[in-house]
Amino acid sequence: MTAKKIIEDCEDLYNDLDFTSVKTWKEKTGGKAIGYLPVYVPREIIHAAGMLPVGIMGGGPNLEIIKGDAYFQSYICHIPRSTIELGLLNKLDCMEGFLFPAICDVIRNLSGMWQILFPEKYVRYLDLPQNFDKEIGGEFYRHEMEQLLHDLEELSGNKVTPEKLNRSIGLYNKNRQVIDKLYAMRVAQPHLVLTSDLYLLLRAGNVMDVEDHTRLLEGYMAEVVKEDRKKFDNIRVIVSGAFCEQPPLALIKGLEASGCYIVEDDWVLGARFLQKDVPITADPLEALSDAYLNDSVSTSSKYEDEKEKGKYLVDQVKMLNAGGVIFCAPSFCDPALLERPMLTAALEREKIPHTSFKYAENTGQFSMFREQTGTFADSIKLWGEA
Amino acid sequence: MEEDLLAWLLVNYKLAQHRVQLEALKEGCFKDPAVTEATKEALEKIFAELFKEAETMFQPNVKSRSDFFRDIASSGFMTSAEKLAKNDSVLFDRLISIFDRTILRVESKSYATMFETYMTFACEQTVKHPAFSAFGDRIRKAIAYAVSVEFQPINTIGTGYGRARLPFPKNQIRSEILCHGLGAHYMFPGTRTVLDIGGQDTKAIQIDENGIVTNFQMNDRCAAGCGRYLGYIADEMNMGVHELGPIAMKSRKQVRINSTCTVFAGAELRERLSLGEKREDILAGLHRAMILRAMSLLARSGGIDDEFTFTGGVAKNGAATGALRTLVEENYGKKTINISADSIYTGALGAALFAKRDQLGETVNVDLKKLKKQKAAIAA
Amino acid sequence: MKKITPAPVAQKDIEKEESMILQKKMIGDHFKRLCTAKEAGKKVVYTFVPGNINELIWALDMLPVHPEINALQSAMRKKSGDYVMEAEKHGHSEDVCTYVKCDIGMLKKGNIGPTGEKLPEPDLLLLSYTGCFTFMKWFELLKQEYKCPVVMLQVPYQANGKIEPKMTDYVVRQLKEKVIPALEQVAGKKLDMNRLSALLESSARAEEDLVAVWDSAKNRPSPIDAYFGGVYYVGPIFSAFRGLPECEEYYKLLRAEVEYRVRHKLGPVTPEGVMKEEKYRIVVEGPPNWTSFREFWKMFYDEGAVVVGASYTKVGGYYDRGFRHDPEKPLESLANYCLGCYTNHNLSSRIDILEKHIKDYDADGFVINSIKSCNSFSAGQLMMMRELEERTGKPGGFIESDLVDPRYFSAANIKNRLESYFQMIEAKRQAAA
Repeated sequence: MTAKKIIEDCEDLYNDLDFTSVKTWKEKTGGKAIGYLPVYVPREIIHAAGMLPVGIMGGGPNLEIIKGDAYFQSYICHIPRSTIELGLLNKLDCMEGFLFPAICDVIRNLSGMWQILFPEKYVRYLDLPQNFDKEIGGEFYRHEMEQLLHDLEELSGNKVTPEKLNRSIGLYNKNRQVIDKLYAMRVAQPHLVLTSDLYLLLRAGNVMDVEDHTRLLEGYMAEVVKEDRKKFDNIRVIVSGAFCEQPPLALIKGLEASGCYIVEDDWVLGARFLQKDVPITADPLEALSDAYLNDSVSTSSKYEDEKEKGKYLVDQVKMLNAGGVIFCAPSFCDPALLERPMLTAALEREKIPHTSFKYAENTGQFSMFREQTGTFADSIKLWGEA
Repeated sequence: MEEDLLAWLLVNYKLAQHRVQLEALKEGCFKDPAVTEATKEALEKIFAELFKEAETMFQPNVKSRSDFFRDIASSGFMTSAEKLAKNDSVLFDRLISIFDRTILRVESKSYATMFETYMTFACEQTVKHPAFSAFGDRIRKAIAYAVSVEFQPINTIGTGYGRARLPFPKNQIRSEILCHGLGAHYMFPGTRTVLDIGGQDTKAIQIDENGIVTNFQMNDRCAAGCGRYLGYIADEMNMGVHELGPIAMKSRKQVRINSTCTVFAGAELRERLSLGEKREDILAGLHRAMILRAMSLLARSGGIDDEFTFTGGVAKNGAATGALRTLVEENYGKKTINISADSIYTGALGAALFAKRDQLGETVNVDLKKLKKQKAAIAA
Repeated sequence: MKKITPAPVAQKDIEKEESMILQKKMIGDHFKRLCTAKEAGKKVVYTFVPGNINELIWALDMLPVHPEINALQSAMRKKSGDYVMEAEKHGHSEDVCTYVKCDIGMLKKGNIGPTGEKLPEPDLLLLSYTGCFTFMKWFELLKQEYKCPVVMLQVPYQANGKIEPKMTDYVVRQLKEKVIPALEQVAGKKLDMNRLSALLESSARAEEDLVAVWDSAKNRPSPIDAYFGGVYYVGPIFSAFRGLPECEEYYKLLRAEVEYRVRHKLGPVTPEGVMKEEKYRIVVEGPPNWTSFREFWKMFYDEGAVVVGASYTKVGGYYDRGFRHDPEKPLESLANYCLGCYTNHNLSSRIDILEKHIKDYDADGFVINSIKSCNSFSAGQLMMMRELEERTGKPGGFIESDLVDPRYFSAANIKNRLESYFQMIEAKRQAAA
């Protein structure tokens, strides 16, 4: 399969609001599926229970909101309304359970709405620790995971042994390694590994088995090198703020078309949340917990105590030789927008150019974004700063 | 014959109203501080055109473009101004800004004491018609009688946004929500759900079998989805708001519009046009988007029950009603949908019914015919 | 949240009760203490109202400051608009919480407190992360400004509608191993557990009296307005004073006043005078608007609407179902206090609480004041409205405003909705009669 064909297939998955691939997986394996919202859940536990973790990232640009708006005021972001719309249209029926990880008050309250709207489904709010001491936050998180594991055992009818969980951990370690390789490849050759390709590949991982996804990524990387893609005089940028509600694909393409090579981003961040391999030990829950506490990414839904705010972003800029940062956050997104002034301050201390805009997952107009990022790119090219 | 006569009197009455406002508009425009020699000349021509156009606009069996003077005048003015200032955008902008300033004053002026003037004009115009000229004197006499009849108000009720400024005691004020409910009940007694899309707001109202409001929701702070939204679109397209519906109805392949944000409406429209989408398809999408907002208000208020009555200025827009019918059926199944040509008077009717009801201590089955009889009895 | 009249115009017509005068004095004294804190060698701890653990702060002889209260007082003094815009000038989005922006703006403009004097900088930011995501960002932002230590106290969410032992354990553990050591370090002394217990005992007595005040709204007419009046009633216990003797004294006095009003069948005291006729009994969900607080209240007063129950007055502690601070189990009860705050309840529990209010206080209906700034409250309110209408058969009214952003209070709009809402209830009543 050519790289182009692989991406076309991924785009079909991206556009498929009926989650056909999930249904196919269920038919094939007889297993159950668990949906989860952004940003991070320990998918290894779901996998070890013989279930398919399914990343739900709203309805995207193609879903018309008919019922969802009745549930949310105009000043609340878009992802909960499209998620409710999908639920009410029975498009999420193929999932037996739903996880709502702690990220913000809107997703938190959505978990309660889900409990009321879909009483027949397993619904769990996954409270993630903001205390990163092993003995305190780790202990609490361990309880959360034990409860989850127990619930999923019941729901699936499968016992999760440490061996099974370790096997799943191994598969997700491998998957993250391959994703890291893909990101490294884009850093080296951003004209070759287009961000829209990379994005669609990551999105595909939301709705397929982890081993299949790993193979898909490997297949793409083997194929894409055969492509002859033109190199443009683009600037290298980092995109930040899009970790929950996703920008429309057209917007991502528009960023590239406006003269930017994106060398780092935070969309589909859950797939890259843990930055190191989770070790295979006799106590896999402890290993997962340690990984979360010690080796997870910096992002605004996590409390940062000791670390210097925004340092990770500055480091990324330097390490990846980026020319600037584009803050691209959903309208009304509390975590991203409250974080933004702290991140821009950190960038300004280092004289790193940045620009910001807001979108909604179903934004229908792109010319103004293109114009803004195009100007940003030009000014960096011309004067080395925005 | 009798019907014909009434129809002619009606259109000529409307013509009289229109001319008086047009006259006021003309006078106002010339007095505007931004008027220059060039604009004066253009204004002369524009108003000559507008007066001429008015003569042919009001005919029986010709559907009026809009019930509102603003709509008719603004599209006529715009068209003429565009023609005159074809290559002169400065002139065009100046003319439009003169119009925008003046129309506000013309609209807020009261024409309440003009009934006799209008009737006399309508009468004289009508008797010129060959079909009626032979009966001129009889018609004049009948009209003189009609004009001389004094109204005897039995009660007064104030409603609408300006109600707080009315010099009425509190018990003579009714919110327009209640008035719309009762008015819709009177027009269509089977009504259980009312949707009113007006210029400033959208209301979804649930009423019981007596026309009493049991629940209601209004659009949130954001004005998206109100009639004003279409106004912005019309401005963006340099058209009268009443022209949008007919164009949208020509669409065969409607474009999906996600944002009903009035702030972004213009940008979205321009982008779609530049992408080569057809004007009618975009407009059809915009109408649907607007009705979708109304659908969520209806859902917030408790859904749609049979029968469903749609009122307000937007109810006259075929593209909006078309979108509404489709969405109602898709989401609530087949429902009786009532739309009256007089739907913009629903609130006023409701207020009048409250005036009558509370005067007489009745709560249900208010009947205007009875009112007439009572009035006759009082007169006798 | 204290009795500050927005403008210094003569308001002789305002009936002031003794409790109001006392509260005003308490707050005045506290701000005096704060302004002279540095000279007096007192340490200052900033912390939030929901999940505040004042007793611990007082037990270590430090002074608490609650930034939400500064923000709402800035709003009542018509200063918040400038502050919010100041923060937006510094790169804050127009989409986010205006409490945060008001606080940041105030800081950027010199940190002048409600009494016109400069507020002391914090020696510690005690981030009790209870029921609101924004709190976390807020103190991260303040940390950038003050460079003082921050200590985090994460309070898990009651996602399943109950406090599970592991949640209490988690909070207690954080208190023991993180919060208390951090407080002790700043205070320069060890925590005396006996002193803490004594403070908690006092808190419980004040809580007992406060519950009796809420309960009084079951009378007809209700002697209190549980929302507009209620935000004053929670003033001492939600802000700096819980655990102190003057707090106990305030609630004893308040309770006596309310009981007097019950005996004499008097309605609530409002800025417009005593409520004459109680025409509507309403339960309110959501915080109030502070920029036009009095105007907002008047819209209810003019219609004869009395609020008999409110969820907002439970954000800083929910005592209706029997929770009291417990001197026998000090840390555990502080943990359960935090866990029990209103916005830490899941939507089902919030609906239960409101349903119970509507039934217990025999309300004619409920109004939701949906606050743009506050997703913790607002996300899901439209669904709560539907559920409540279904469960109680009472109609819900829905209005929108903001905490401290004057740009987001449309008086004509809100008045129109409220009038329509009350007239609807009246029309229904007439039809039923």
